[in-house]
Amino acid sequence: MNRAIVFAGLAAVVAGCAGMQGETAYHEQAVAMMKRDFHTRGIAQVDRLNQDELQRVCTQYGDHPPADVEKRLEAVEMASIKLPADGKYMGDWKRGQRIAADGRGMTWSDKPGVSGGSCYNCHQLSPRETSFGNVGPSLRAFGKTRGFTVENQKYVYQRVSNSKAFVLCSAMPRFGHSSTLTEEQIKDVVAYLMDPNSPVNQ
Amino acid sequence: MKHALVLCAALGLAAGLAGQPVSAQSEDRTAAEFDKFREVLEEANPAELWEVKGEALWKTKRGPKNASLEQCDLGLGPGVVKGAYVQLPRYFEDTGKVMDVEQRIVHCMVTLQGFKFEDLAKAPFSRGDYTPDPVSLVTYVAGQSREMKIAAPQSHPQERATYEIGKQIFFYRAGPWDFACATCHSEDGKRIRTQNLPNFTKPGESAARGYIGWPGYRMTGGVMHTLQWRMNDCFRQQRFPEPGYASDTIAALLTYMAVNANGQTYRGPGIKR
Repeated sequence: MNRAIVFAGLAAVVAGCAGMQGETAYHEQAVAMMKRDFHTRGIAQVDRLNQDELQRVCTQYGDHPPADVEKRLEAVEMASIKLPADGKYMGDWKRGQRIAADGRGMTWSDKPGVSGGSCYNCHQLSPRETSFGNVGPSLRAFGKTRGFTVENQKYVYQRVSNSKAFVLCSAMPRFGHSSTLTEEQIKDVVAYLMDPNSPVNQ
Repeated sequence: MKHALVLCAALGLAAGLAGQPVSAQSEDRTAAEFDKFREVLEEANPAELWEVKGEALWKTKRGPKNASLEQCDLGLGPGVVKGAYVQLPRYFEDTGKVMDVEQRIVHCMVTLQGFKFEDLAKAPFSRGDYTPDPVSLVTYVAGQSREMKIAAPQSHPQERATYEIGKQIFFYRAGPWDFACATCHSEDGKRIRTQNLPNFTKPGESAARGYIGWPGYRMTGGVMHTLQWRMNDCFRQQRFPEPGYASDTIAALLTYMAVNANGQTYRGPGIKR
């Protein structure tokens, strides 16, 4: 009886290992297949298929990596954020609004250097804009709710620049890290969220 | 004539809808309006025009070898079209791999009719008045599976392996925006702007929502598109480089999607926003 249980347990472990090996093998086949099948088009170079460490870890753990790995890599992302040299985080909320609504950037049909923030694709912001996505949380009345403090301005600057410094496998792109948005554009987006006069805070 | 009138009325209704501001809150109402619109179009589905064109292409002797596609084996034997679409992608002995419907039709155009793959891959997507022949052919073949249950096979080991590879591609995060297919398509009730995002990770009705509407007549541009185009444009928005037309990557991804949609009813070539 005991022997049967031990044997069943052993079989389960062996099956588990085989499953793990299978998954790794499928992953390798998938990567080889993609590298064979994709080609460069426009600004979308084929080397975009190569994963950095963060992308590799998030893929490997299904966006839920072990806590120690998560903390270590979040610190790496945090350290890579370049804060504005002039110490100012706020730009123009009106420009920020246009950037928030602009869904262009980084596809093979986009020109280099022409990017918006695609904010409305995933977030609710101003109550006047009714076409918004919900992949990310609502940011309605963001500054009004959280407080119009410099600390919060800095937080938004960092979060837009590199969301992965806060949640390693966040769905949100690293807009600064990927050079999608310039320092000036990120400041404008910060103002859109943090300026008391911005419609987001009305 | 009657069809043309209904179609015009329906397109007028669509134009009216398109002119109205769409809010996320009124998304349900908008979806309901579109359902109504689809019902109106059932009497005169624009996709049928491509089905008719595709049927003629299927039966006509064409290409350097002056042959029709009536000996093309879509998996149920040479020339069997009825029910073939809902049982694809599947493993094919002659190529030793799992192929999706468009990849297989293109294979037949090359082997039976003598067309060159490079020529077919040059401009494979519909645009303006131009519809590539494989698009019409896929629409015809798809129409022959109307009201049948999706039944993508998983009996061959290669079919099971291809499903697993497709799943790996689905969850692969890369590119400047760190996106995988799964970043937007692994939860229920998500939207980009007002566009609903099907959850492909949940087998059944949820996964089927993004699979069974294709090929589709797209109101934006007024053209017919297949899943080859849909996958291509998804990768573009994922900020990836471009996948090859009728490539194994697409076949693997479609295998993952089709198997997760198994058991759901295929309504035939449809209408997309």
